[in-house]
Amino acid sequence: MPGNINWTALSVFIFFFALVTVIGFLASRWQRGGAHKGAHLDEWGLGGRNFGTWITWFLVGGDFYTAYTVIAVPALVYAVGAYGFFALPYTILVYPIVFMIMPKLWGEAKRHGHVTAADVVYGRYGSRPLESAIALTGIVATMPYIALQLVGMEVVIKALGLTGELPLAAAFVILALYTYTAGLRAPALIAFVKDLMIYIVVIVAVVVVPMRVGGYANVFSSARDAFALKGGATGLTLHPGQLLPFATLALGSAMAAFMYPHTLTGIFAAKDASTIRKNAIFLPAYTVLLGLIALLGYMAYAAKLAVKSNNDVVPALFNALFPSWFAGFAFSAVAIGALVPAAVMSIGAANLFTRNFWKPYVNAKVTPAQEEKVAKLASLAVKVGALLCILLMPTKFALDLQLLGGVWILQTFPALVFGLYSRRLRAPALFAGWLAGIAFGTWTAFADGVKPVHSLIVNGDKFTIYTGLLALALNFVVAVVVQALLRTPAPVPARSRA
Amino acid sequence: MRLLLLLPFVGLLIVPLFNSESPEIAGFPFFYWYMFAWVPLTSLLIWFVNRNQRSED
Repeated sequence: MPGNINWTALSVFIFFFALVTVIGFLASRWQRGGAHKGAHLDEWGLGGRNFGTWITWFLVGGDFYTAYTVIAVPALVYAVGAYGFFALPYTILVYPIVFMIMPKLWGEAKRHGHVTAADVVYGRYGSRPLESAIALTGIVATMPYIALQLVGMEVVIKALGLTGELPLAAAFVILALYTYTAGLRAPALIAFVKDLMIYIVVIVAVVVVPMRVGGYANVFSSARDAFALKGGATGLTLHPGQLLPFATLALGSAMAAFMYPHTLTGIFAAKDASTIRKNAIFLPAYTVLLGLIALLGYMAYAAKLAVKSNNDVVPALFNALFPSWFAGFAFSAVAIGALVPAAVMSIGAANLFTRNFWKPYVNAKVTPAQEEKVAKLASLAVKVGALLCILLMPTKFALDLQLLGGVWILQTFPALVFGLYSRRLRAPALFAGWLAGIAFGTWTAFADGVKPVHSLIVNGDKFTIYTGLLALALNFVVAVVVQALLRTPAPVPARSRA
Repeated sequence: MRLLLLLPFVGLLIVPLFNSESPEIAGFPFFYWYMFAWVPLTSLLIWFVNRNQRSED
């Protein structure tokens, strides 16, 4: 396969890529409505805050279930079995959380004209250091996440038989240009195409592949036999030592998921709070899809595939079992699936830079039109940065950083969410908690060899827990203690910065 | 009412409840179909809570 270009698949791939490029550029005129604000960050960065239930469903679905998921989740399931399925409870539990928190947070953002998480925090607490902490965390956690989307694209480009970095760079330049032109409207419109393609691919795969390899019973039993042979902490069910890591990874990831700039951008772009509530009900449809995608990892055993790198398992499965035109269609779906989140992530990061660094520290009198200009340029810088990351850094390092990104972004949870319910914790306490959580999380993760879980020994028993959740517990305890020590009197009235 | 939304957390985070291969349904070991079943169940719970909550914001 490597070196031999698959022309049929490549033609299909180029066709769809060209299609979404055209859509991306046309998107700037789409959904403008009567209330268009002209050159304004709300337009470029939040699509005019006017997305209804359907658009939000496609956008958030396309943005949260990234291309990297399509490649990495089956790869992990292929490698270790049941443990890789923590993605399923994770992406279920995220929705009760979204339902409880996000309509309120959206309301606060809408009332005061906030664009980013750090805007919300500054509006509430009036603290520049806390605002910067939240903004910095968001940007730093997002960069490796964008880089990973490129990894997803790289994998399918390789499966088409193309070599070298040029195709990847070209795809990324196109992405950068239409994001610059159309802002959030581009990924929102492309998400329709991407999500439909992914649904088609997965539905075909979960029906056809088991038919070709002897049904689901055989899929599971082939995987069971393979894991029995492989040994170690693998298998169709969890080993006793994996129960706690499985549960804490699921819970911690679910709490972190909508703290990221890209997911929060999708939420803030919604037209009203009921749009978000309805999406909490209907977005789980994508979770079914994710669970089925994860099963591709087991199907690879039933199809008797052997791959060099676990990440190649999905492309190899399609190349082995489908005609090349359908493999090309599937690979385009994955590559386009990388473009949507990458675009929204760069927009989210650009909004943070503009609102929470440029405005407070460079030009306090920036107009909405100038904000839009700064954010557009920042989005280009973010994407060039991510591309350089992937071309210059070992992929392993990008993966490790993304993992740390989850630990980091979870530390913004108290500042962003607690204030919705109680203002007892003030800015200095929240800042101290954030600092403690970030420091502990980073240090622990590195000390453990960049693993997401950390083992505690209590009375001789070993408890292995998601590092992000441990850091969050410390974050909370430190915040409460510092607050008690400072004993700030009467709450400061909420400031707005419209 | 909103307490109903705690059910998915109980059902999915107490992992020993479902860490087994039997009973199977249509070739799917228990561990898998149990988790899949929570997807529509969670949707339904959120839908139910949403329908019954006072419009407060």
